[in-house]
Amino acid sequence: MESKFYEENKLLVFKIKDEIDDCSVQKIRRKADYEIERYMPKKVVFDFDSVTFMDSAGIGLIIGRYKFANMLGGKLEVANLTQSVRKIFEMSGILKLIPVTEI
Amino acid sequence: MKETIENEMELQFISKSTNESFARITVAAFASQLDPTIEELADIKTAVSEAVTNCIIHAYDNKQGIIKINAKLQENEIIIKISDNGKGIENIDVAKEPLYTTKPNLERSGMGFTIMESFMDSMKVESIVGLGTKITLTKTIKKEEDTEESKLIGLTKE
Repeated sequence: MESKFYEENKLLVFKIKDEIDDCSVQKIRRKADYEIERYMPKKVVFDFDSVTFMDSAGIGLIIGRYKFANMLGGKLEVANLTQSVRKIFEMSGILKLIPVTEI
Repeated sequence: MKETIENEMELQFISKSTNESFARITVAAFASQLDPTIEELADIKTAVSEAVTNCIIHAYDNKQGIIKINAKLQENEIIIKISDNGKGIENIDVAKEPLYTTKPNLERSGMGFTIMESFMDSMKVESIVGLGTKITLTKTIKKEEDTEESKLIGLTKE
């Protein structure tokens, strides 16, 4: 997973490049939390453009980071959802809570 | 005339989370003999991933155990059985409810069974507490004639 912080608008973007499952999600979670805490962004965006696979571990990942970013006073959005990622997010209902953004 | 595919495979591996991708990729490779669409294949991979994750996290509680997968191809259908010898499920109906999880601290969403149920055509859960759980998933892959026809009129799926 790559990340980029834009100082001028306090935006932190994570570009996930791995498959997201119970195994890989632990590493993603650790890196994301570390960087959110380090930069204290106003907005966190998870970019799913390069995600080739995601199961329900992705739902927990996003809800968890949403709560964490919120706790630190930031917002969270998701971007570039592939068809299969969108299908899983829609099923879980989290898109009612978390906005889909363009990036 | 279309030839009927009859095939079967069995897979056995220990309950390590690195085997989640091994399991879903292997089953998907086997299922590809039925010539599924990319979306159908993604559905199968996701469902297998959910079932195997359940075995690792819940059935064996991250201790080492054996997970078995048996997959059959019958005409246009794939039948996947995923079983463990773990602790079993006390109340299957409750476990199947969307958002129900016994492990919210691990950020589990409680959507595993819901995803398996909706991504596959059918899901059967058999479990005996203390002995283990067997999940049977089936999915019919759309007939070739349909896609052939859609190719003729210039329509591709997705």
